[in-house]
Amino acid sequence: MMGVLRWLLWRDLTLAMRRKAEVLTALFFFVIVVSLFPLGVGPEMDTLSEIGPGVLWVAALLASMLSLNRLFADDYADGTLEQLLLSSQPLPMVVLSKVLAHWLVSGFPLVLISPVLGMQLGLDWESLVILVVTLLLGTPVLSLIGAVGAGLTLGVRGGGVLLSLLVLPLYIPVLIFGAGAVEAARSGLGADAHVSLLGAFLVLALLLAPWGGAAALRISLD
Amino acid sequence: MLEAEGLVCERGDRILFANVGFRLNAGELLHVKGVNGSGKTSLLRMLCGLVAPAAGEIRWRGENIRKQKEEYNRELLYIGHQAGIKAELTALENLKLSCALNDAGIDDDQAWRALGDIGLGGREELPSKVLSQGQQRRVALARMLVSRAPLWILDEPFTALDVKAVAQLEQVLGAHLQQGGYIVLTTHQNFTLSQGRLRMLHLGPSPESGP
Repeated sequence: MMGVLRWLLWRDLTLAMRRKAEVLTALFFFVIVVSLFPLGVGPEMDTLSEIGPGVLWVAALLASMLSLNRLFADDYADGTLEQLLLSSQPLPMVVLSKVLAHWLVSGFPLVLISPVLGMQLGLDWESLVILVVTLLLGTPVLSLIGAVGAGLTLGVRGGGVLLSLLVLPLYIPVLIFGAGAVEAARSGLGADAHVSLLGAFLVLALLLAPWGGAAALRISLD
Repeated sequence: MLEAEGLVCERGDRILFANVGFRLNAGELLHVKGVNGSGKTSLLRMLCGLVAPAAGEIRWRGENIRKQKEEYNRELLYIGHQAGIKAELTALENLKLSCALNDAGIDDDQAWRALGDIGLGGREELPSKVLSQGQQRRVALARMLVSRAPLWILDEPFTALDVKAVAQLEQVLGAHLQQGGYIVLTTHQNFTLSQGRLRMLHLGPSPESGP
């Protein structure tokens, strides 16, 4: 079983490496949006560090949504998605490994670059650590929830807008607790509760989203 | 044995076909015929389990295919009318990948030999996007040379192939039937079978959808 999933992961990562532009889009978007804020809001460190957690989290959320509609669309267009549905592995596992590949390509780079951008907005050391931790817990949730939406809007014209409308409401709790955790750390209140809740979101999404995504794909390909 | 009974296919509020049934034994090929839009592809996708029939049942070895999803998939080779290969991957990678996804991994030697046999010698390591339509088709069909699945479901396998490749494909189909395989295919082209038994299934417009 692991063999099949390893092949699937290899496939998606190889494809991403051969289409670098797509990988870099999300990352550049994240960097540019966050860098625009000091230019727009002004260079006062106090203001910047106050809005910093929210700005970083909103930008990360939008950046990870940017590539979401590509999650299954390419495979759908060239017929390989049908082959994946006919593979000898349970479909939820296939969905999970595709989500993992998507996160490694479009979510994980955001986590890696976030401390640099956090410094740019004047966040202190402790906030930066919490920022990385919350993004590490939160961005996989975004990819997992997004997979259900991407599966449902597959093959729909104008699916991109519909996808945003579907998943954004579900992203809100992640955004609130993610940004809230960094804000709490910044003001010295301690972010434990927020981080625990994000962890709970991740566990819940890991349990439910692969099955939801699999059901969505079956409906879309019927 | 592959059996279908009373299959009904609905698309929107139209009934594409109704009450379709057949029984396919080892060593037999079912040729599904019908005009464009008569539901041939829908029937094949139904037989794969991709489309749920509105009514009726499909049984593989006596059991409904919806109850044996992964086990059924392992015994099934489906080549749709899209080639189902990735443009960025090489022919070799595509072939190895599609075999591995069905738990029937092959080593490099087998993959090289299959691609050579199907007439892609020298192009094994080119990205599939630079291959012609017919060559891309051959990459997909190369799976048939290495497949261990007993049931083959092929949607228009002869499309975009040249005369020589069609003859080769006929041979491969014959050999599979001789080994006790099952084949369901659609095609508008004429083909000859050297071995195995040929059966026909004609999908006509259903009475309800007449003008």
